[in-house]
Amino acid sequence: MKYTEDHEWLRVEGDLVVVGITEHAATQLGDVVFVELPEVEAMVARGDEVVVIESVKAASDILAPVDGEIVEVNEALVDTPRLVNDDPLGAGWFFKIRVDDLSVLDEYMDEDEYEDMIA
Amino acid sequence: MRDGTPLRHLALKDLHLALGARLVPFAGYAMPVQYSAGVMQEHLHTRAAAGLFDVSHMGQVILWPKVGMDRLALAFEALCPADVAGLGAGRQRYGLFTGKQGGILDDLMVANRQTHLLVVVNAACKAADLAHMRAHLSPVAEVIEVTDRALLALQGPLSEAALARLLPDVARMRFMDVTTQVWQGQDIWVSRSGYSGEDGFELSLPETHAQAFAEALLAMPGVAPAGLGARDSLRLEAGLCLYGHDIDTTTSPVEAGLGWAIQPVRRAGGARAGGFPGAERILRELADGPSRLRVGLRPEGRAPMREGTALFHGDTHVGTVTSGGFGPSVGAPIAMGYVPRALAGPGTLVQGEVRGRRMPAAVSALPFRPTAYKR
Repeated sequence: MKYTEDHEWLRVEGDLVVVGITEHAATQLGDVVFVELPEVEAMVARGDEVVVIESVKAASDILAPVDGEIVEVNEALVDTPRLVNDDPLGAGWFFKIRVDDLSVLDEYMDEDEYEDMIA
Repeated sequence: MRDGTPLRHLALKDLHLALGARLVPFAGYAMPVQYSAGVMQEHLHTRAAAGLFDVSHMGQVILWPKVGMDRLALAFEALCPADVAGLGAGRQRYGLFTGKQGGILDDLMVANRQTHLLVVVNAACKAADLAHMRAHLSPVAEVIEVTDRALLALQGPLSEAALARLLPDVARMRFMDVTTQVWQGQDIWVSRSGYSGEDGFELSLPETHAQAFAEALLAMPGVAPAGLGARDSLRLEAGLCLYGHDIDTTTSPVEAGLGWAIQPVRRAGGARAGGFPGAERILRELADGPSRLRVGLRPEGRAPMREGTALFHGDTHVGTVTSGGFGPSVGAPIAMGYVPRALAGPGTLVQGEVRGRRMPAAVSALPFRPTAYKR
């Protein structure tokens, strides 16, 4: 598992990267009431705003952590946005993205580095 | 707040932090926006049981009469279109300070506490309101800012049962009654009011005793702390205005749907008609209807329409959302905004532009859910 400074977690599944937000981020965000997901097959560039999350109070964006193609989105979040709070590291994932070269993940933090950042 | 001005802290800061509060800057104060339960739970708990809010940032102002309560009430009416002269001792009323152009300078509560008036105003408007009152009321009143009292709001259906265990007499109060109760030798100024759409009380008490009193309330069955986040979603569901968002100097009371805060005696044909700033426009709008109106909005789907969302009818930009979010008790996104009068009927469909896409929203009656005041 890798982590971004924007509190996303990145998990490799074959040639895909699964993206979600950390428990810390989900707690900070508060109760999620709406998630807007990207289109499947969309080509995105690192830094693009690909997901919108709305809590009771405010809207936040999730940025694409890498360049690639969105190959799957977590449709369950449309009807049950609170999965992001209930199970951020599991059932609350957002999308899977195909990347050409997984070595682009190397620059992201490992768990210890992430824990240090939020400490 | 000016840049560089340090945040002011509430007397109950330590209690808030011990309860897991997240403090955020609001109107110059470090305010608890939520506790560990989170906004959604705090909101739902307040509707089901009782939420305890710290609203000590709000301004409490005593107007002590120099030449009698009658003269003071009439002078206050020259700033505010409410019936203040007719407000009985032990009663409170919602009011507005209006501007010369008929806009709203602030919204407030004014209580007749027998020997004086007590005015509670918004934190962000406190300094301007004090200056306004001193400029106009000094011949008839001492204008005294209360700076040593906390203000707590206990809201929700279990409020009476919880508070009555500390202050038994409050069970006899009705909505908008005000009394003084004594707890551990301290005067507590109690009003049966609030801003959540629920039955409840607001309690002004010496800061020195605020923590002990709050802890005693929190020990009662059903009472849990609730923050500014829940206060905002509760008042939005109740269709209540937030100053600086739904109402300001550019909105008139009639446009804002606050005509009910102008009693008949202050309207055309009344014994004390007009005589407040902006009366010409406001009385004309009461008679002829305003060009636009504040309405409720129910966005279709799940995406909230936040403050600032542009509203369209066909291709025409017809208005703007002034408050919007998710209503935890409604279970759906809700919003308020201004639209032309012709579009203000419930059921009218408009479109709100959310992230570049126009999404339908139906004009809805306010409040979004029935209020539960004990009248």
